[in-house]
Amino acid sequence: MSDSGAAPVGIGLHAGPAESTSGAAPAASAMHAPVWSSPSGTPGEPSAPITPPARGYAARLADGEWHRLYWASPLLKGGFALVAILWFILANLRERLVDLFLPTGPVDGGGGPGSGPGPGAGDNGDIVALVYDHGQTGIALLIIAGVLVLSIAAFAVAWRMHSFRISDEAVEVRNGVLFRHNRQARLDRIQSIHITRPFFARLFGAAKIELSVAGQDAKVDLAYLGSGQVDELRREILRRASGVQAPGSPGGSTSSRDVADEATAQPGLVNRRLQELLAPELDPAEAMAESVVKITPLRLIGSLVLSEFTVFLLLVVAALIVSSSWVHHAFILVLLLPSLLGSLGFYVRRFTKSARYSIAATPDGVRIGFGLLTTSNDTLPPGRIHAIEVTQPLLWRPFGWWMIRINRAGHASSHGSASQHHTLLLPVGRQADVDKVLGLLLPGLTGAETQHLVVAGLSASHGAGFTGAPGRAIVLRPFSWRRTGYATTADAVLLRSGFFWRRLMVVPLARMQSLHVAQGPVRRMLGLAALHFITIAGPVRASLGVIDRGLAVAAFESLSAAAIVAAAADSSHRWAAATVLPARRTGRHV
Amino acid sequence: MSKTTDSRRLSAARFEEPGSDWQRVSPKYVAVEIAASLVTGVIFAAISVFFIVVVGWWFGWWMLGASILIALILLVVAPRRARAIGYQLRADDLLMRRGIMFFRVVAVPYGRMQLIDVNRGPLGRLLGLSDLKFVTAAATTAVSIPGLPEAVADELRDRLVALAETRRSGL
Repeated sequence: MSDSGAAPVGIGLHAGPAESTSGAAPAASAMHAPVWSSPSGTPGEPSAPITPPARGYAARLADGEWHRLYWASPLLKGGFALVAILWFILANLRERLVDLFLPTGPVDGGGGPGSGPGPGAGDNGDIVALVYDHGQTGIALLIIAGVLVLSIAAFAVAWRMHSFRISDEAVEVRNGVLFRHNRQARLDRIQSIHITRPFFARLFGAAKIELSVAGQDAKVDLAYLGSGQVDELRREILRRASGVQAPGSPGGSTSSRDVADEATAQPGLVNRRLQELLAPELDPAEAMAESVVKITPLRLIGSLVLSEFTVFLLLVVAALIVSSSWVHHAFILVLLLPSLLGSLGFYVRRFTKSARYSIAATPDGVRIGFGLLTTSNDTLPPGRIHAIEVTQPLLWRPFGWWMIRINRAGHASSHGSASQHHTLLLPVGRQADVDKVLGLLLPGLTGAETQHLVVAGLSASHGAGFTGAPGRAIVLRPFSWRRTGYATTADAVLLRSGFFWRRLMVVPLARMQSLHVAQGPVRRMLGLAALHFITIAGPVRASLGVIDRGLAVAAFESLSAAAIVAAAADSSHRWAAATVLPARRTGRHV
Repeated sequence: MSKTTDSRRLSAARFEEPGSDWQRVSPKYVAVEIAASLVTGVIFAAISVFFIVVVGWWFGWWMLGASILIALILLVVAPRRARAIGYQLRADDLLMRRGIMFFRVVAVPYGRMQLIDVNRGPLGRLLGLSDLKFVTAAATTAVSIPGLPEAVADELRDRLVALAETRRSGL
């Protein structure tokens, strides 16, 4: 938001959407533009005059009034296709136009494609030639102009009709021209806030913010807003969702950072965009430095190379080579190339999505940022994590790498760049990173004895604080029966399993939906039972496959009681509310 | 199999608190179970007959025999399956059990309730029975109590909603 103040170019249009609350958009922006751009005209003292409007701007976005989106949104949402088509037509028409207005002589040929202007003319060139030959250039130009005007008008109207407002309680979006659509989401139900900056949008200084609530595709999209605005907006939304009573300032460090940005961003729009592109994905001022977990590119590459996918790929390649040597036909090797290229693409995609990965604690939850060209970050407020799974593929064991997945409410649509990172919290990390991330996700796990439990859950082969399965479980778990076991802390249950693929699952008791104990014929013969900890659907399916029957009954009793206590004591949906009236609190739950 | 003294067995008695007991579903529910077993048997038998008559495969006879056997077993255990279904309203959670061969006990805190379904099938309507389903945010919880008399189901639904109201918690 602060960056809008510096450049005269951005200001007129930028201020428009933010400023126009009901209808007087042009007048308002015209009034404000000179005021805001004046600091950039006097480069001597940039910080003092800019900061107040910058702050006011952020506050205004969330003032409960209707606001419009960023001026470039229609362009970023699909206007680029229009521009490309227009450019294509104009490029084809260029020579004709030159001929039309500066007749120098007859065009060679009667309008064959050869006379088309350059590459890509093709069919279009033919049509253009045809139109030209029939002397209908004027009509064609009129049609093109009409289409152009209509599409611009459509985009403009759609943009004008798309507005949002953020009050203390909810965020509301309305859009659509013919079919009006209105969506409202309560702030205290927000499960996560996802900010995406696609590469093109970054060039325009725009970003997309997505507020997910629980439910399939239940999210509020604000695409697009100013790149600086979204961070401020996220802080503001989370501050309101957190239930902080006093209207605290957005944070001293933040405003000082804005000032610093502003000072360095003086030279102009291009420089500012360049700085935004080169800036680190995670703003150092935003997170607590000691909490940051990063992944080095080397480890990321290593983790990708040593993945099950690589093993699969090598098997396929080996099979192809062997079969080609049998059949004595080299053409099978031709099959190799596409599969190799395809898998290379897979590696590159995985890499660019996980590159510059960082997990950090912010005052309003865990922030996960990633992306090389298209950067995204995801903020999970406290208490939004329903289950955690730490796994170690066999190939990673020599390196001591682990992977963390989570269950969370609010599924992103299965497509889209965020779906993988929606649940894969830590693509690869060492044990120290795992400890740190688990501490961020569940602060209750940071105590000394629980820390010991986590370490035991990751790599101990048996016992070490965990209640294990009896020896007769070897029938069902030939390798992992020693490791299989559970442990409880004050607010979570830890499940350990896996001999080759080590696995530790953590279920916060306050998030558990139900608890099952089950026994089939085999387990009955062995005197065993299975415990299932049911949470919100996700990649983590927390269950303990084998446990002694009596222990299972005891654990079922104690854990189902503990879950009730934990859920009653849980107040993480208003995580920062120090004093909440209980009646009021209970009234607004799912 | 039914003796609860067997130390290897997860017995229902172990989950009982003093003063509370498992509520059973209506005895009439056995009829629903029997009908379901018969329908299953008829469907499998029809498939087998199709294979014998139309395709002419020899193993159709085996399939027919197997489906009749399965249907008979289902019919025999139907009363016990119906009796095995039970539920218990504890102080803060709903306890539900079902299954003989695959025994299962589920505990769902009342506060986790998202909604409650009461369904009536055609046969259930004839017998005056309802199925009650307790839905939480997790799809796999699936606590359903079949074969409740209609009045009991409606009363239980209202009671569960009231209990959930007083014990609401977040997701």
